[in-house]
Amino acid sequence: MNSRNRLLLPRTAAILATSWALLAVGAASAAAALTSGPAPDFTLHSVAGANLRLQEQRGQVVMLNFWASWCAPCRQEMPQLDRLYEKYHAAGFQLLGVNVDEDARNAAGVSSKLGLHFPVLLDTEKRVSHLYDLSTMPSTVLIDRDGRVRYIHRGYKDGYEQTYDEQIRELLRE
Amino acid sequence: MNADRIANRVVAGGLIAAALLLAGCSIEPWVKPYERERLADPIMKFSRDPLADKHREHIFDVREAAHGATGVQGGGCGCN
Amino acid sequence: MAVTRGRRETPAFGRSALARLRGIVSRCIRALAGARVQPADGARLAGLLGGVLAAASADSAELPEDRADTMFHLYDGGGVTALGPAVLIRKSLFDSVSLSGSYYVDMVSNASIDVVTTASPYHETRTESTLGLDYLYHDSLISLSGTHSKEPDYSADSVSVDVTQDVFSGMTTVNVGYTRGWDTVGKHGLPGFSAPANHWQYRLGVTQVLTSRWLMSLNLESVSDDGYLQSPYRVARVFGAAVPERDPSTRTGRAALLRVAGDIGSRSAVRAQYRYFWDTWGIGAHTAEFGYSRYLGNRWLLDGHVRYHTQDHALFYSDNFTSEMTYMSRNRQLSSFWDAGPGVKATYSAGRVWSRFDLKVTTAYEWLRFQYRDFTDIRTGQLYSFNANVLELFVSATY
Repeated sequence: MNSRNRLLLPRTAAILATSWALLAVGAASAAAALTSGPAPDFTLHSVAGANLRLQEQRGQVVMLNFWASWCAPCRQEMPQLDRLYEKYHAAGFQLLGVNVDEDARNAAGVSSKLGLHFPVLLDTEKRVSHLYDLSTMPSTVLIDRDGRVRYIHRGYKDGYEQTYDEQIRELLRE
Repeated sequence: MNADRIANRVVAGGLIAAALLLAGCSIEPWVKPYERERLADPIMKFSRDPLADKHREHIFDVREAAHGATGVQGGGCGCN
Repeated sequence: MAVTRGRRETPAFGRSALARLRGIVSRCIRALAGARVQPADGARLAGLLGGVLAAASADSAELPEDRADTMFHLYDGGGVTALGPAVLIRKSLFDSVSLSGSYYVDMVSNASIDVVTTASPYHETRTESTLGLDYLYHDSLISLSGTHSKEPDYSADSVSVDVTQDVFSGMTTVNVGYTRGWDTVGKHGLPGFSAPANHWQYRLGVTQVLTSRWLMSLNLESVSDDGYLQSPYRVARVFGAAVPERDPSTRTGRAALLRVAGDIGSRSAVRAQYRYFWDTWGIGAHTAEFGYSRYLGNRWLLDGHVRYHTQDHALFYSDNFTSEMTYMSRNRQLSSFWDAGPGVKATYSAGRVWSRFDLKVTTAYEWLRFQYRDFTDIRTGQLYSFNANVLELFVSATY
């Protein structure tokens, strides 16, 4: 390589680093929006067989967790959510898993494999996902006792369950 | 315009466009994350078995003059 | 030999600001030319491919899944038989780091046309080891890897860095990568012979989700080579007489690959890809591949594909030179030829074993035909051609 080419790498690295920084910032900012207001009502079939309506849960703190069997972070999050459900259920906390698989059998399969105790609802037609305008998978929505959306979490990373724990406790105290 | 310059412009244009677009606005995805089940399936992967693909790549690289650009695939489940 | 095709020896990517981006898709040279008489000199290529191993498993800025693969590979064609085992192990730690290691052995028995017409058949073993580290930070996956490949008269080392970034809520994935390789070329029977070759590879790729069932990707790569790029054994022909070959000591090549994959229902998918390659040695090559995959029942996955490749010869290539030139090569890898063939692959999911590992057994077979347009078999005087069989048997465990 001649001397002119020796500068290629540093220059290229600078351009790439700048572009990457812009891309990353853009990507991060796109996921930061938060919404609030009354939680849209819906009725869905559950894996156990019964129909479940969101409005009937009023008076309890409700967490909606949207997930799919083909989404790795979703499956990672499940045991953590199950732990939270066991911990706070007696105090008035309800956790509803909303599954968006095309084949409902996948939802039942993962639910039994992971030994989940909370109800798993089937949203095969994606109506509820659309209603809640999900921008990420998984998405976790926390609804207070009056049926208002208070917190929305997009995605799942290690440590999110700590935040969930604090927020659930806060909403239970109200 | 020869192939070099075309490739150069594609790269430059792509990076600049991406950086500008993302620096300010956010694009609404037209395929929602919960609609990406088909794309997350292993048969949609360009490279499913890294060892086997490496072997095949090696066979052709040793006998053909062309090589490269096997690349990385994205488009998965859109999670997180 | 006055064919120039208007290509400049050192193509300028553009001037001023755009010239900086030259590095990204700049010099694309894999040391193909300097290939020794035997085809199994992936030592030189191994290092460069090591980065591919790390990068190829990255999927939309997610940590690659844990797996352990054991493979037996075989190539038999044109007088060459190369076979051996290969192992790959990958394990994730702390939900954000993935470590991988692979070991590849190539045992070659070479009685190819180049060998039998100038020397005698021989056996040789090449081993290659790769270590990789992947780190997931929010929407970015950073991959590092290092490869060492060794055979008795060739050693190659390389390191790679790849960054994969999800943008637009995962609708688009951008990848950039860099590989640096160092080779040392030796020669049997000449202990004092040692020549270096250096390689630089730059990669840029974009994968775009088109619909809920289709996606496409565009990948650009540029490889630059510098140093001893020829074979210390191979000869060129001038008026029928043998002279040692002479290749240029620099080469830059670029490749552009376009791929499309789509789910077409009934649990099946199709894919198509096309790559154009061009370099400073005057070679232009087209490669196309079509594939079809289908699930059968609960346990089987079948794949079929057809591949076609065609290329022009290098500027300084000739089957039989009519005058002495600065650079002369009779390396059939740089000649004008086509190769094509179908392949099939069957994967059987054996289910969960020892309550921890999901086992899959795969068999892949490919048949290839090589037909040269300006390389002759000097034993017969006819244009050379041969068929080859490729076999891969492997067991994968995910956990």
